[in-house]
Parts: sequence; C-alpha cells; structure tokens
Amino acid sequence: MANDFSILFGGKAGDGIDTAGLIIARILNQLGCRIYIYRDYPSVIRGGHTFSIIRASKNKVSAHQEKVDFIIALNQETLDLHRGKLKKDCFFIYDADQVNINPTGTCGTGVALGKILKEENAPQVMRNSCLIGAFSKTAGIKWEILEQVFRKNIAKEIDLNLKVAQRGYSEARELIKLEAFNQESLPIVNGNEAIGLGLIKAGLNAYLAYPMTPSSSVLHFLAGAARDFSLKVMHPESEIAVALMALGFSYMGQRVAVGTSGGGFCLMTEALSFSGMAELPVVFMVGQRTGPSTGLPTYTAQTELHFVLNAGQGEFSRLIVAPGDAEEAYYWSAISLNLAWKYQVPAIILSDKTLSEGAYSFDLGAMPEPKKEEASLWNRQGQYKRYLDTKTGVSPMAFVPEKEAIIKINSYEHDESGITIEDPQITKLMQEKRLRKEKYLAEDLENYEAVKVYGDNNSENAVLCWGSNKGVCVEAAESLGLKVIQPVVLWPFPLGQFKKALGGVKKLICVENNATAQLALLIQRFGFVVNEKILKYDGRPFSLDELEEKLQGVIK
Amino acid sequence: MNPKDLSTYAKNTWCPGCGNFAILTAIKAVISNLIEEGLTQERIVLVSGIGCHAKIVDYINLNSFYSIHGRTVPAAEAIKLANPDVKVICFAGDGDAYGEGLEHLVFAAKRNANITMLIHNNRVYGLTIGQYTPTSPLGFKGRSTPFGTTELPINPLEVMFSCGATYLARGTSHGIDLLKQIFKQAILHKGFSLVDILQVCVTFFNMYEYYDQRVYELKGHNPQDYDSALKKIKEWDYNQDAPIALGAFYKKEIPTFEERFLAGLQGTLSYKSTVSYPESVPFSAADRDTKIKELLKDYI
Repeated sequence: MANDFSILFGGKAGDGIDTAGLIIARILNQLGCRIYIYRDYPSVIRGGHTFSIIRASKNKVSAHQEKVDFIIALNQETLDLHRGKLKKDCFFIYDADQVNINPTGTCGTGVALGKILKEENAPQVMRNSCLIGAFSKTAGIKWEILEQVFRKNIAKEIDLNLKVAQRGYSEARELIKLEAFNQESLPIVNGNEAIGLGLIKAGLNAYLAYPMTPSSSVLHFLAGAARDFSLKVMHPESEIAVALMALGFSYMGQRVAVGTSGGGFCLMTEALSFSGMAELPVVFMVGQRTGPSTGLPTYTAQTELHFVLNAGQGEFSRLIVAPGDAEEAYYWSAISLNLAWKYQVPAIILSDKTLSEGAYSFDLGAMPEPKKEEASLWNRQGQYKRYLDTKTGVSPMAFVPEKEAIIKINSYEHDESGITIEDPQITKLMQEKRLRKEKYLAEDLENYEAVKVYGDNNSENAVLCWGSNKGVCVEAAESLGLKVIQPVVLWPFPLGQFKKALGGVKKLICVENNATAQLALLIQRFGFVVNEKILKYDGRPFSLDELEEKLQGVIK
Repeated sequence: MNPKDLSTYAKNTWCPGCGNFAILTAIKAVISNLIEEGLTQERIVLVSGIGCHAKIVDYINLNSFYSIHGRTVPAAEAIKLANPDVKVICFAGDGDAYGEGLEHLVFAAKRNANITMLIHNNRVYGLTIGQYTPTSPLGFKGRSTPFGTTELPINPLEVMFSCGATYLARGTSHGIDLLKQIFKQAILHKGFSLVDILQVCVTFFNMYEYYDQRVYELKGHNPQDYDSALKKIKEWDYNQDAPIALGAFYKKEIPTFEERFLAGLQGTLSYKSTVSYPESVPFSAADRDTKIKELLKDYI
C-alpha cells in the first residue's frame, strides 16, 4: 500500500462527494503524493449512487484501480456495491448510524455521524468532514495537515467543520501510517481546468458555451478567471448562438474558444463549416460522453472521432487534437489556439468525461513551453484583400477598425476581396487555397510530438490508444512490457510520426472507449490494420486491473 | 461623403422593381450622412444573413460579415461585445430573422444588445422561389403550401416589444425619405433597435398596391408611451385588413448589454439606470504567466 493506494468515497448525489474527494486528495497531496481522481456520478441532483476514487501514488498516475485500499461510506449502498473491491477487509470507515455492516460484524471503523452532528449542532453536509477526520486518523495522517487543508478549502463555518472533523478523528484508531514522499506538492486540476489554462496561456480573449456535461467546468473555470485574465466569457441562448458569436469575436481579431459535448456540437456544425469557409479561426472543445443522443450524460465515451473529422458540409481544413491527461490538455489547448490562428482554421480539442472531469497532479514544468505561432497580419501595403491567394493559402488578416482596409468575410464562395462569386475558376482557386493550408499545417506539426510512444520500445506488441486512455494504457503496458502508441494529433493525421512509431511492431492492439474502434478505422484509411481490439462502451473508463487482464488475454 | 463612394464592383442581381433597392439607397444615404457627421467608416460593420436581402453587403463598400441563414444576430452581438465602439448594422430577411433565427432575436432584444436590425420583410421566401414565411398572411399560396397556409402570421413588432426591444419602427420600400429617417434613428439609438421594412418582392408577392392603400405615417404619437406604442403596434396584425402605421412606435433608453457586461467584468456593475466602467488595461504574456502560476497555488 505504501507507494500506491486508493480510497473510494461514496454516498448519494447531493452529499458533496466530489468536494470531499478533492479534500482527501489535497490532504494526501501534502504528503507529496501524485494524485488521480476518478469521479462516478449519475445525472441527477439528489439521490443516486455517487463515488470518487482517489488514487495517491509516489509516481505520476492517471488511471484508477478497481481494487481499493480504503472505502469511506456515507451510506449502505456504498458498502454493498464496493465492498468486494477492498484489498483488505476492515479498511472501511462508515456512518454507523446508517450502515449495517453485517454479516462481518465488528470490522471497520464506524462513526455515529447523526449523533455527532446533533451534539455539535452541525448541518448534514458536515458528515463528510467527520468521515474525513476519521479517515485521516485511520491512515495515520497528522491532524495539522487536515486542519491546514480544511482552512484553505472550506470558507463556510470552518471552525464547526474542524470541530466535527476532530470528533471523527478522535473516534477512529490508526490502522496504518502513510509515509510522506520527499517531493514537492503539485496543483491538482481537472482536465477542463487544464484546457482553460492552456487557452489562457495562448492569449484567449473570449469563451462562449452553453452548459453541457462534461464540458461545463471549462465555462465555470473561465467565468471565474474572467476578471483576472480579462476574458469575455458568455453563456448565450444555445450552442448555435455560441458558435456564431465565436465567429463574430474571431472576425474582430479576438482569440476565441467554445466548449460543448456531442449533442451541442451537432448544433455547431453549421458554424464549423462557416469557420472553414470564411477562414475565421475558432477552437471547439468537444467533451465526449456516452451516446447516441442524450445517452449517459455523466459517463464517458470516445465516440466522436469520426463526427469531428467529418462534421460540417463541404471540404475544408481543420485541426483535431486529443490530449491524454491534464498536462497534455494544457499544452495542446494552447497549441490548438495558436495553430488555429496561424492557419485560420477551426481547431477541435477532443476530450471526454474521463479527462475533462478527472483530476490530476499537474506539473506545469513537465511540458515544453508552448511554441509561439505567429498569425499572418496585413502589412498595410496596397489594397487590402481578406482572401488574398498566397503560396500557403494563408491570407494576411486585418481587423476592424482598420482605417485603410475594408474587411469582408463571407459564407458564400467569394473572391479575394470577400465579394460573393459563382465563377467556376475562382471557385476552384479558393477551394484549393483553403485546402492548401492543411498541407502546411501538417508540415508544421512535424515540429511537435504529434505521436507519443511509451513503454518498451522494443516490444513487438503495441497498444494503440488516444485521449484519456493514455494513462491506463501506459501503466498497463509498462507492467506487461508492451509498447504504447498514442497519436495526440488526429488531424491532419501525423503519418510520418505514426509510421515511425510502428517500427518493429508485429501485433497492434487498439484500446478504445467505443464500440466500433474509431481510431482503428481512421488508421485504416492510411493502410494500417490493428490485430486486436479491446473496446469498452458501458460508459465507464478502463480500470488498470481490468485493462491489464484484457491485454494479457490478447498477447498470449 | 457621396453615397456613390460606398459602391462596390459587385453586379446587382435583384429583380427590377425589387423593394431592396429602396433599402440600399436609403442606407447608403444614411451612412454617408453619418460619416459626414463624424462616424468613421472603419468603425461600421454590416452583417447579413442568407436570402435576397443579404446581397446588400456585397453592394456596400464597408466592413461586412456575410453570415449564414438565421444567424446575423449572434455574430452582430459578438462584434459589438468585442468592440463597443463599433456600429453594427444587421440586414436580415423575414424568413431569416423571424423564422430560422427568431430565438436569437428574442435574446438580443431581451439583453438590449446595442445593434440595429433592419428586416427586409417581404413576407415570402424569394431566393428559394416562393414559400410562405412567418409573416405571410393566412391562406398564402406558396410552393410549399399550394392549398394555402393554415397558420396565422406573427406580428414581429409585437413579439419584439414583448421581449424588451428598446427601439421599434416600421417602413416600406415605397417611402425612401421615411426609411432614411428611421434608419438613422435606429442606428443612433443606444440599445436594441429593429425596423420592420415592408419590402416588396415583385416576383413572388407583389404588395405595392396593397400597402400603398393602407399605410399612413404616425403623427403626434409619443414613442416613449408604452401603452400607446403597444396599441399602434397591434393595430395591424399582418393578416387582416387594417390601417398600417409607419414610423417609430417605441423608444426607450436603458443600459445596454455591452455596458452591463463590461461593467461586470471590470467590477463596477450596478443595475441602475446608468452604467459606467473603466477602460480595460491590456496585460502582457509575462503577466499572464505569472498570474497562471499564482492561480495554480490555490490548487495545491
């Protein structure tokens, strides 16, 4: 347990499980642990089973394990559903007033929360504080650490919270002493916060979104950061308005992004195509969730790869990236915004519920400084033409108000000045101009690590994955001696780097959270075939134990 | 400034006799006049949707955003929010603004976005050759309704009035002088302004004679009076015969969306009748990096 352990904290929706999980993570963070949190919650505000798995490790982790070291149960359901996951029985802490632990009898640490709350005249939500106190004692964590984290994270009634936590702390007994690792504590951010930070890093001016799980926390994060970073953050009437407003901001020279999930992106596709035609750069963050249609709103999937690849009428250039953890989310969000402006194309950041709402230890220094990519600006010479045909297809931009330029953008086919035309020659010229940009974009991407390789580079067995499966695949592959290939850029497809990564591979195993192996289908376009498919499409991400077992089954 | 200077090389493809010509002439005259009065041309942005009306931006040599069908309003709102010093004038058709994009119009009026909507309301789809629109009268026979429509039209001014629009007027394409007058008022109005223009489609729904017989100009009407504005707006329901009033129905000044939004961002938001906010201070990439690091400390 010492170097890697997991705590499952469960109750019902509305109990504050999410915040409680984060506080436990921050307590463990003070011991120098690297953190990953998996959040599992239903699409309801009250009731329904909710749990977080907090994994703390000496080394960086970004996957959860099925087997856990501790269970903290606010209700009976938590214990009933998850007891089998405990590595060692009795390592559970529960509300003795609500949970009946029979048939085992006296095992575990029961705390009579109802009684304590009544005696302290504390509200129901403080049951969490009491159990966190009991957990801290059980795990041998010093009271001072708990107090410090509480003071930093709880604004409301801190003294009462501490008093309640102290009651839990004193009622429990130490079962194990978690040792501190001698390393710096890192910030814990979720994927969406990392995306927001990356966009800010690249000079974001405006962000627009209509709430939709699992993208909403980008909106919440940026709305909260709006004053600090001078961001115009707005939640308009629909995703249609969101995307069109983004194009308006882009026309005015403001770096803009939008966020949504598959259903909202359906409504944005007309604007995506408009962005391609009018060459107005916009970044679209698409957080995937289980579909089709409303599907499972709060659960995960990797089902929109071909949707974002093909969305929008007509043929136009686009950039698609799928970061695998919080650090990549930060880095590639910045790069997406930069490259969208350099090539005046729409860029899509493909996330999913696992990445967007999972929390990670975040090391800003672990990623390279996002390279500055300059947008092409008008030099104020001669008559301005918004769609001037150039070698790369990229036309110099000018923005309102510009005294010497008339800036006309158009959703219709247009000439270099932006005036509507239907002439076949100009139509062909402009179509080629717009598509040519993708070739130069692809060349530019050669300067980036667009395909990542991990694990045993000499292995003939390689796991092919994308997006949030990175963490679980890398960890499983490392323990099984396999290679991992993770294309981070999915379009323009980084063919050169991908071919190189495949060197020496005899068996390619794709691991995806969908039913049709969408990345396998994409690489098939370039003549590559996967030999095995491990697919999961029940809304839940792979746990490490589960994936290891499945991989063992196919590499035999 | 001579309105001719606002022309482009684009070939005009409206039908002879089209009501859009009157709108084009009037808006060019008004913009020329506003430029003479000190509005700089680079601070004007024209926005159009899709349909016959939309070609107007090809014919005017000014900054323009030729949007897609039904989507003038969000783009216009964003342009204004991006730079409140810019005048945003939106052209949209009745199918465009009252049909496909009605949702946006409702919200822009509700917010009091400081943009001007000039609606080319010919009560028929022209470019798709003759189908009914949200303002076509009951029984209208179009290509999609060969036996006549079975639904009543909306009164767009009444809809906009109930959504909180702060300037509402009506004109016709047979009345350039009045168009000039209300276009100028609408553009200078601080807040959401909408002019419903009974613009005649000579090819698919020629209503010149019908309108000429029924229109009258509002005289002695106080546009600041809520009740009489509503009464005048409801006088004609776009369906049954009634006198058709032209001119400004309603005008009210309250803080705009942009003012409140930017005041919110700058920390000076109040819900009083006037709103002010300081100039935003730009910051450098280095400031940004420092602030990101500071922010991350809260996440440890």
